[in-house]
Amino acid sequence: MKAAHILTPFLVVLVMLGLWETLVHLWQVPAFVLPPPSAIGHALVDDLSSLLFSAWMTLRISLTAFVLAVAGGVALAVLFSQSRLLEMALFPLAVILQVTPIVAIAPLIVIWVGIDNPNRALLLMAWIAAFFPVLSNMTLGLRAADHGLLDLYRLYGATRWQVLTQIRLPSALPYLLPAMKISGGLALIGTVVAEFVAGSGASMGLAWRIMESGNRLQIAKMFAALLLLSLLGIAIFFCLSALENRLLRRWHESRAVREI
Amino acid sequence: MLSITHLGKIFSGGVAALENVNLHMARGEFVSLLGPSGCGKSTLLRIIAGLTAPSSGQMEWAPLPAKGGIGVVFQEPTLMPWASARKNVEAPLRIAGVGAHARHARAMEMLALVGLENFADAYPRTLSGGMKMRVAIARALVTQPPVLLLDEPFAALDEITRQQLNDDLLDICSKAKLTVLFVTHSAAEAVYLSSRVLMMRARPGTILRETRINAPVPRADGFRHSPQFAAYCGEVSAALREAIA
Repeated sequence: MKAAHILTPFLVVLVMLGLWETLVHLWQVPAFVLPPPSAIGHALVDDLSSLLFSAWMTLRISLTAFVLAVAGGVALAVLFSQSRLLEMALFPLAVILQVTPIVAIAPLIVIWVGIDNPNRALLLMAWIAAFFPVLSNMTLGLRAADHGLLDLYRLYGATRWQVLTQIRLPSALPYLLPAMKISGGLALIGTVVAEFVAGSGASMGLAWRIMESGNRLQIAKMFAALLLLSLLGIAIFFCLSALENRLLRRWHESRAVREI
Repeated sequence: MLSITHLGKIFSGGVAALENVNLHMARGEFVSLLGPSGCGKSTLLRIIAGLTAPSSGQMEWAPLPAKGGIGVVFQEPTLMPWASARKNVEAPLRIAGVGAHARHARAMEMLALVGLENFADAYPRTLSGGMKMRVAIARALVTQPPVLLLDEPFAALDEITRQQLNDDLLDICSKAKLTVLFVTHSAAEAVYLSSRVLMMRARPGTILRETRINAPVPRADGFRHSPQFAAYCGEVSAALREAIA
């Protein structure tokens, strides 16, 4: 069961790569349109150090943005849970920030915070992209606490802090963790979009490598950068799934093993 | 212990849930509140617990229970799914700031009392409905309250489990000399458990009549099948029909 779980998708990818390699050679597709997987592998090995450096740049900004988005989203949601007025006042602003396409405000952000330090602009854009799912789900999760438990805590004269830490935060966990999985991906997407908008020379991330390779028609290298980018995305998703599983496994209904 | 006079409750929508409720409970009494659904039984229990404020009338405690001096068991077990049975039972003590060691020991004692000492580390997800209710009862008792309020706690359980829990509850309450108010819609359950059964009527909710159950506690082995039990059930059921009419 476990082996099949890993082996099956691995085999599918292997077969697809083989097909790709064969067809590219068979139909003589020019390398600047679609290079074969072997050429992409070569490009990856040849430019490994510069590509890894770029991957690290992109990852660093994504992770920083993600951590700040989770911290900010959770903190703001907790404030909302304590004050309905604050929620009414600020939530619409968060929605506006969310629905405005990040690409559209990117030039402004680059001008405002990115002229002397482009990484700051990247960070801010990635943060905006990743922030909303955390805020939205965490707000919902804090409100979804069992009313019976809230009554019980009131009965025993619990403080607001006790209600927050012992009831509301654990209740919100099954809402927060899936939002973090979405946010992790969005932080990476936000970083890449920001790198594209910030343009050449501003940063040295993977998106910049992709643009550079595209301009030079080094399509194999472009694919290699793309490969690293999706590996980063997979790694982020995998880590957050593991975290979710670890925190919910023992008690949440979604992890219950049912024998039928 | 508790004396309620002319108590009324009107909800914000203008619905009169309770009207002119008079209720007196002596220390160590086991009183059942029986009535059709929607008659305000639960509202009355919430008022007594201090979770809802009455609109009119008086409610006097003598003596006034301290914080944690009223244990409440709701219709649902209302456990924290992320915490083990023991941690759930500990919760009231944790709120009160009792240290971890004392908390742990008290909780284990209570779990043993309800027969769940071997399930201390089990999560609610893995417990049966009856076991969850036992955890909820252990939690309500962990602060050693003089008063226990139960709101149809066994309504969702099967008959055998329910009878078993009735016996255990009666045993625990009589040993600890608790003053108990038990809300139910089952006439047999009310008769079996209580020294007095109060009948409520709906719209507006008020107490219609009371039946004293004169039988020794703990209940004799064959009490459930005795003519005396059947007679009381008949009397209470007739009163219930009258309340619904």
